[in-house]
Amino acid sequence: MDFATIIQILDSTVRLATPLLLACLAGLYSERSGVFDIGLEGKMLIAAFASAAAAAATGSVWLGLLAGIFASLMLAGLHGLASITFRGNQLISGVAINFLASGLTVLLGQKWFGLGGRTPSLEGAARFEPITLPFAGSIAPVPVLGPIYSELISGHSILVYVAIALVPASAWLLYRTRFGLRLRAVGENPAAVDTAGVSVTGIRYAAVAITGILCGLAGAYLSTALAAGFGREMTAGKGFIALAALIFAKWRPWYALAACMLFGLLEAVSIRYQSIDLGFVMIPVQFTQALPYILTVVILAGFIGKAVPPRAGGEPYVKER
Amino acid sequence: MGGADISGRQSSAAPFAIELRGISKAFGPVQANKDISIQVAKGSIHGIIGENGAGKSTLMSILYGFYKADAGEIVIDGKVTPIPDSQSAIRAGIGMVFQHFKLVQNFTVLENVILGAEEGGILARSLARARKVLADLAREYELDVDPDALIEDLSVGHQQRVEILKALYRQADILILDEPTGVLTPAEADHLFRILKGLRDQGKTIILITHKLREIMETTDTVSVMRRGTMVATVRTAETSPEELAELMVGRKVLLQVEKAPATPGKTVLEVENLRVRDTQGVERLKGINLTIRAGEILGIAGVAGNGQSELLEVLGGIARGIGTIRLNGRELDLTGRHSDGQSRRADGIAHVPEDRQVLGLIMDFTAWENVAFGYHHAPEYQKSALLMDNDAIRADCEKKMATFDVRPPIPTLAAKNFSGGNQQKIVVAREIERNPDLLLVGQPTRGVDIGAIEFIHKQIVALRDAGKAVLLVSVELDEIMSLADRIAVMFDGRIMGERLPDQTNERELGLLMAGVSGEAA
Repeated sequence: MDFATIIQILDSTVRLATPLLLACLAGLYSERSGVFDIGLEGKMLIAAFASAAAAAATGSVWLGLLAGIFASLMLAGLHGLASITFRGNQLISGVAINFLASGLTVLLGQKWFGLGGRTPSLEGAARFEPITLPFAGSIAPVPVLGPIYSELISGHSILVYVAIALVPASAWLLYRTRFGLRLRAVGENPAAVDTAGVSVTGIRYAAVAITGILCGLAGAYLSTALAAGFGREMTAGKGFIALAALIFAKWRPWYALAACMLFGLLEAVSIRYQSIDLGFVMIPVQFTQALPYILTVVILAGFIGKAVPPRAGGEPYVKER
Repeated sequence: MGGADISGRQSSAAPFAIELRGISKAFGPVQANKDISIQVAKGSIHGIIGENGAGKSTLMSILYGFYKADAGEIVIDGKVTPIPDSQSAIRAGIGMVFQHFKLVQNFTVLENVILGAEEGGILARSLARARKVLADLAREYELDVDPDALIEDLSVGHQQRVEILKALYRQADILILDEPTGVLTPAEADHLFRILKGLRDQGKTIILITHKLREIMETTDTVSVMRRGTMVATVRTAETSPEELAELMVGRKVLLQVEKAPATPGKTVLEVENLRVRDTQGVERLKGINLTIRAGEILGIAGVAGNGQSELLEVLGGIARGIGTIRLNGRELDLTGRHSDGQSRRADGIAHVPEDRQVLGLIMDFTAWENVAFGYHHAPEYQKSALLMDNDAIRADCEKKMATFDVRPPIPTLAAKNFSGGNQQKIVVAREIERNPDLLLVGQPTRGVDIGAIEFIHKQIVALRDAGKAVLLVSVELDEIMSLADRIAVMFDGRIMGERLPDQTNERELGLLMAGVSGEAA
């Protein structure tokens, strides 16, 4: 494996990790506020569809992005209504959202475009194009640093940079601001927030809305940046892997970055190599493909430190007296 | 004596810090508060005492904006102040220390203090200010807590201080404390009362809600008594006595001291040797317990909740497993095998009134008669045939037990959850005592039970002892242990710190043992 190959694998790691990272951060906001969300998958899916459909219709990827965020926000609002206002079961609401998105995208896709659930291929301004950072061309010939900068760091779509910037931004928001303090408190002990005279409902809705927006970004990235158009079930479980990454990351932004990069790397490796020859033994591709899931089971079994979820997670808040 | 107008320490010319006028609140058909009026003078400690269900908590919830009163008004510093939500209560200068703390366990003290009272969107400034304010408050009122400690690492007493600090940080002038000493050691409680007196002397007004007469007598300036939703009296503490207050609370004369003859212990019934128990996390909860109880004797286990008393009851009652030796009437009991369950223990002659009656003692949605049979549902008198139970017999038995134990209302078909705490406990006690066990395990027999029922339950326990049975009494109420037990063992951190005789010890000595100071040093 030479240096160029490593750069290529890492480059594709970043691209594959981006939707995971966006979805993982999305889940982080919701779950830190005490609202479990297994509907990340559905929100990403509907956002991917809405983005691709709007971009195909208008020719503008930015309008597509807006449409994706809007669609995802609608589902997030539904989840909020069910689990915050009506105090329903958050898992069931999440499952319902996944089913809804899965059915709706295919139905509307077929109705509007007649391509078996796919949207037309996007090109030009209807897609997020890679951005070449300044000096990428001139630094490229420099050994080691050149390829790292021009191929690994430069040349991604804007959403990749947004996703990575969101990590420090989220860490700052959660740990350094009033909103973050209240958000974390509401996921741990909503009664403490309530008796302090702050609305539990308001904060949880705000968190769920942020989740909706971030899932919108994740979905839009899938269909307008990573791929050129929507295909049915194109999220392929990414929302669930993001949830696993969230647990792995112990609900923390920087850990989330690391966890998503790890999962992205596993995916990049499994795409690049059909099987890995270690000399004495062949690792079949199925094993690398299964690794994220195996890893998740190992994490959940508590082998790698204990992941303590937000204490009030999954429980609707009801005033005690 | 309805709406009394006793002003505390100050002249009546000054406006009252807080005044309630004709507060009423009903939940469906239940009138929780009926035309309540109180006046609390500025800079005084005012006690509100009453049995469970007398309406104390409802009244305080109205004051803190959790409930809206059906009628009446709240006057603060001479101004009518509506309190529709907690925000308004805080703005009106009311701070509340709840019985169950409202703290975020994995936040620091500082973060908890500023939560909801932050200045601006960025935390750094609020944290810096709070650090300074906390340091000042600590100096002024003995309220020292490490501002950077996580709540989950603090003792209960310190957590309570954080709650007080939260209120003071919000510039509360009126501090309401709801049953503040339930979770404290005697020393911690004394410290709390010192803090409260300090706050009063600085002009703060304190409302102390409790059911402990001793606390009222020691700390308050004036006291209001509530009974069944009404305010029956407001008196100066100096001019009343515990006996009078108890009578006002219950509405009849009550014996505060348990009347019992000296014990006449017989043969050894229970022997526990080197008993060890680990919880599901693998933490050792009992670290080698040794004790004996003889027939006709009540052994009281004192200690702050969570020092292994629950585990001791559970192993003896067949709910948890352990290692060591337990002998009942000289016969060794199975601690880990097939015969270590509750059913076998009952067959062996151990009856168990568990600490949490709503979780372990009763099935709340089931009727009283079903609950009366639980655990003894295999008893021959409850069977009609090999397959069918004789429900009529159980109902008749339930009626009989309800009559003997004065359960009100005496309706066997009523669900357990519809009885008051005291009557629920009577159902459990009736079920266990009526089986005439050799050994009775009782955990917190009077937790959440009103004074009238306490008296009754205590009498039953003493009667069982006088009938030559052994009783193991676990209680966090030191008063209860002191008055009921013939011998007192104090538990701390899974060990017995020492044994004392009730007439040869005092609360101070027991309090030290409860805090882990060893018997020899004490």
